[in-house]
Amino acid sequence: MELVCPAGNLPSLKAAVDNGADAVYFGFRDDTNARHFAGLNFGPAKIAKGIRYARQRGVKVFLALNTYPQPAGWSRWQNAVDQAADLRVDAMIAADIGVLDYAAERYPELNLHLSVQGSATNYEALKFYQDNFAVRRAVLPRVLSLSQVQQLVEHSPVQVEVFGFGSLCIMVEGRCILSSYATGRSPNTFGACSPASHVEWRETALGLETHLGGILIERCGTGEKAGYPTLCKGSFNVGGNTYHALEEPTSLNTLELLPSLHAAGVAAIKIEGRQRSPVYVAQVTRVWRAALDACQRDPDNYRPRHEWMAELSKVSEGTQTTLGAYSRPWQ
Amino acid sequence: MDRRPRLSLGPVLYYWPREQLLAFYEQVAASPVDIVYLGESVCSKRTLMRTDDWFDLAARLQAAGKEVVISTLALLEAESELKRLKRICDNGEYLVEANDMGAVQLMRDKTFVAGHSVNIYNDRTLALLARQGLKRWVFPLELSHQTLADMQAARPPGVETELFAYGRLPLAYSARCFTARAHNLPKDDCQYRCLDYPDGLTLSAQDDTRFLALNGIQTQSAHTCNLLGELDRIRELGVEVVRISPQSHHMERIIETFHKCLDGEMAPAAGHASLEPLMPVGSCNGYWHGEAGMMSQSQAAIEG
Repeated sequence: MELVCPAGNLPSLKAAVDNGADAVYFGFRDDTNARHFAGLNFGPAKIAKGIRYARQRGVKVFLALNTYPQPAGWSRWQNAVDQAADLRVDAMIAADIGVLDYAAERYPELNLHLSVQGSATNYEALKFYQDNFAVRRAVLPRVLSLSQVQQLVEHSPVQVEVFGFGSLCIMVEGRCILSSYATGRSPNTFGACSPASHVEWRETALGLETHLGGILIERCGTGEKAGYPTLCKGSFNVGGNTYHALEEPTSLNTLELLPSLHAAGVAAIKIEGRQRSPVYVAQVTRVWRAALDACQRDPDNYRPRHEWMAELSKVSEGTQTTLGAYSRPWQ
Repeated sequence: MDRRPRLSLGPVLYYWPREQLLAFYEQVAASPVDIVYLGESVCSKRTLMRTDDWFDLAARLQAAGKEVVISTLALLEAESELKRLKRICDNGEYLVEANDMGAVQLMRDKTFVAGHSVNIYNDRTLALLARQGLKRWVFPLELSHQTLADMQAARPPGVETELFAYGRLPLAYSARCFTARAHNLPKDDCQYRCLDYPDGLTLSAQDDTRFLALNGIQTQSAHTCNLLGELDRIRELGVEVVRISPQSHHMERIIETFHKCLDGEMAPAAGHASLEPLMPVGSCNGYWHGEAGMMSQSQAAIEG
């Protein structure tokens, strides 16, 4: 299985390459990708440098171009596809049908991956992208159980990549507009969920409050650690109870499922976190490289090592990890 | 130029007891809606109505003069769900609303409608799907009237545009069931709690601001999108179909109000205002104006 690691900037790209990534993925410095955050991503000079650094060390480069252009912004996405083709990236990761159609028609030699933002959760959907755009690989939304992943890989006309570690979307990616409901900006339209521009921190008599688009997402008592107000991970009131009504602030960690994913025929494991630091990228890549190598050598006797889990917990959101939808209780 | 848009009724997004659902559709049969979308689009565990029951109901509504479209699941994960989907796609009699690319694939070279969970954000996407049999598409919920204008200017001939004009907005889909979670139940043993919430279960922020509505695996807006007041602009943009998404109460009045406005018997602003007290929480229309979806027009104007 290929290890695909996040590169939000050049130091992160180097950290991923130096610590054992098989491929790195990155985006341009605008709303054409789903991690459109201030100070993140690559301008033209850095891209050339990054690609050279990866290539010299035998690591592939994937470009994420995975948001949904509207007619008024179309030319920006078209230019981005042209650039991706110019750069001869090993794959372009896209979600929008129009973008995929343009890329497939104009650059038939460009290798296309379907982004997680393409929301493909079944093999009939995968066939659509394969038939129309000769997509070679698809990244699955983080909503499928292990048996559903196994079933899907068995019938899939394309390679399958799954998320192994990182921040967890509990909603089907590409079809969640909670963020724009509160702020006017969503991953689809703007390339960011719960954008920092709409976050407010307020010190009140009841505790430290975090708001998104004016909506109270979390209220922390003294001594509690206030996290970033990602909309689906807030504490809300339902039927008189206040709790994490949608999801706790946890990270996905599938280290213990590696042998099953390997046996199912999953082609690649993706690490989330282009918005995270180079230190995060280095640590997570190192652990996953070791785990993948161990699993490859002897899948039957593979067990996640205690120090790997400890290392990953340190960098997890909310310092807790979960198997997410892969485990039955979540279903 | 401004043809009168037709009125459609979207699929019931909630889980209503069978008798209530059938009684509702008897009312619909006698109502002035032109198009009725039928079927389960949210959760495959909701089986009080089997596929054949939906087909029977479709025949009943067609006999009453309605154009019937069978709607399909938005989130398809299990093989059993694909099997049921294939049966609907092969029905040969009724038009099908595809709510996932899997359904689009199965409807290839047949005539179909693309629902709002199929992301059609630009004209290149619309053109490709039109080549594969798309007859009508529902404009994405989070986009503005400016984008709709751009899409209308570039759309392929013969493709109709439908606008979600009234109802709580479906904002997200998950593998997890939030209604079961609210009752501390696993999804596998949800005890069909959705039956207790005919308009979804309202979720509030800790300061009691009503924000979202939980509808099983679907998360909706607590506020009801209402675009009736925008009818002049909707006509000007050449929208062919205006959709009302069902709620458990006052549907006769809501349909009647839309119908009167479409027929020019009532001013859209007056119609819009008269719907306000009929909603579970209140109204919003921010997306239409290019703002946060939860905003209502007056708010949008202030912050605009």
